[in-house]
Amino acid sequence: MKIAVASGKGGTGKTTLSVNLALSLNRRCCLLDCDVEEPNAHIFLKPKFLREEKCNVLIPEIDFKKCVWCGKCAEVCAYNAIVIVPPSGKNEGTGFVFEHLCHSCGACEYFCPIISSKEASSATEINKEIKPRRLAKSISERGSNQCSGSAKAISEKKKEIGKIEFGRKGKVDLITGRLNVGEIRAVPLIEKVKKNISLNLDAIIDAPPGTSCPMVEAVKGADYVILVTEPTPFGLNDLVLAVEVLRKLSIPFGVVVNRYDYGDDRTLKYCARENIKVLAKIPFKRKFAEAYSKGIPLVEEFPECSRLFSDIFKRIESEMFS
Amino acid sequence: MKQLAIISGKGGTGKTTLAGAFACLAKNKIMADCDVDAADLHLLLSPKILEEHDFFGMEKAFIKKDICISCGKCREICRFNAIGKTYIVDKISCEGCAFCAKICPEKAVEMKKNQAGKWFVSETKFGLLVHAKLGIAEENSGKLVSVVRGKAKELAQEKGVDLVIVDGPPGIGCPVMASLSEIDFAVVVTEPTFSGLHDAKRVISAARHFKVEVGLLVNKSDLNPEITGKMKSYAEESNISFLGEIPFDKDVINALIAGKNVVETGNSPAAGRIREIWKTVKDRIYDGDT
Repeated sequence: MKIAVASGKGGTGKTTLSVNLALSLNRRCCLLDCDVEEPNAHIFLKPKFLREEKCNVLIPEIDFKKCVWCGKCAEVCAYNAIVIVPPSGKNEGTGFVFEHLCHSCGACEYFCPIISSKEASSATEINKEIKPRRLAKSISERGSNQCSGSAKAISEKKKEIGKIEFGRKGKVDLITGRLNVGEIRAVPLIEKVKKNISLNLDAIIDAPPGTSCPMVEAVKGADYVILVTEPTPFGLNDLVLAVEVLRKLSIPFGVVVNRYDYGDDRTLKYCARENIKVLAKIPFKRKFAEAYSKGIPLVEEFPECSRLFSDIFKRIESEMFS
Repeated sequence: MKQLAIISGKGGTGKTTLAGAFACLAKNKIMADCDVDAADLHLLLSPKILEEHDFFGMEKAFIKKDICISCGKCREICRFNAIGKTYIVDKISCEGCAFCAKICPEKAVEMKKNQAGKWFVSETKFGLLVHAKLGIAEENSGKLVSVVRGKAKELAQEKGVDLVIVDGPPGIGCPVMASLSEIDFAVVVTEPTFSGLHDAKRVISAARHFKVEVGLLVNKSDLNPEITGKMKSYAEESNISFLGEIPFDKDVINALIAGKNVVETGNSPAAGRIREIWKTVKDRIYDGDT
């Protein structure tokens, strides 16, 4: 089973729940840290990291020696990530790729015309009549097309946006996505982390906070989502948003109310009104917060908590298979 | 005009609580809630909406069934796996590149406008607030942040207000970067936990990558005084101003439940510290100005 742990609001206990669930399962399982902007699961699990992989995206690179200044690439880019400045007077032509705006759709490379070197040297002004002369190869073949002998001015190069770290602790395999500082695209990295889910192991996905694309990417394809919240007006406001997302995606979900004795009863009333299953209520205890601060999982410091987490899993299983 | 951002890396450390308190303490300011996919600042400010606008994200592809010849070209080139076997576009996966529309031999793909959220200008008890609500499971939160920021800046200039307070989102990705552009000073709110420290370091590196000056503040500092100490020395070693610490205080939650912020409700220990911190922050923002 694939279970994602998400929340609208940050800091409600997603990582605490993910790590403690993984540790309470008592069988081999996989924990995927998909909060790639701020991954924290490793702090608690303290795994031995065995290897890492780079996560790359494709970014266009323009060879100005071959560019005929047709401007097609800039025209087809829906994200305004390319600017072409054709030569004029004494000024040589140039261009820019704004890598942070690029979504790696590949349209610029596809529409960049194939020009013979003769044509290229004589091209001095924008020629919009030039049309692409061949169909791009399928994406799987693309890699082989990136040799320097390409007749196109645009080729795609790999750009590293983050890393995937593979670790293990006891029965838990940890796969952590870590976005490079200064990079802004979390979604391709989350997608790649999730490719490592193995079909014969239970997977627990620690999702990023919020309700926009990174959260959606993390919960997509999960069999069940646990929404962790706290009973404050902020927690409730963001829970409602997260519930709307999951209903739109048609993924079954239940709620865990963390620090349930710490706020008011509006969250529980909302769940009752909306017919949302409350999987567990975790009390606020200063000793829990202190263990968290030191990076110690609750089930390690307080073994009596194990039951709480394994019961959550049992409740989900009985809901899914009934 | 100066722009102050409140960020944290890790979620739930107290960004909005602090932004609400600063909104109450600053005399002449405009607030911008830039955590657009989980906006909460309005809950502290009882806003009355003055303006409401639609926000349009990237257009989405739509395949006209009657024209489509199922040739498969669009499915072959789409890198977002947004087009299913039956040639129906998954709106959530489509990133609006329009590659399919350009390549379709039958011109069966239409790019349709996509309302991806709303943004508002509201009157609140502490002044004007620009805020937004991203549509359900929509993308482009960075672009919406830029819209909110643009409007806040425009209002500030129009009304001669000399400060914009930006309540930022968690993380270090696209909406955070959009929240940090043109910022004069960023307050990083953290908590004394290993996760808080790990995440604060990453968001500080990200802010510095974009040449934004930062100060560090530890919330719920008495939860683990040892890590609070580590954070202080980290700030010192990295040449970051340490803005102070706020003790764990149940009054913060009580105020929140009453829909208020802690500096409004009285003189709890947290409120006292936040007032002192605001003075320090104010000095930093206007540092070097005459």
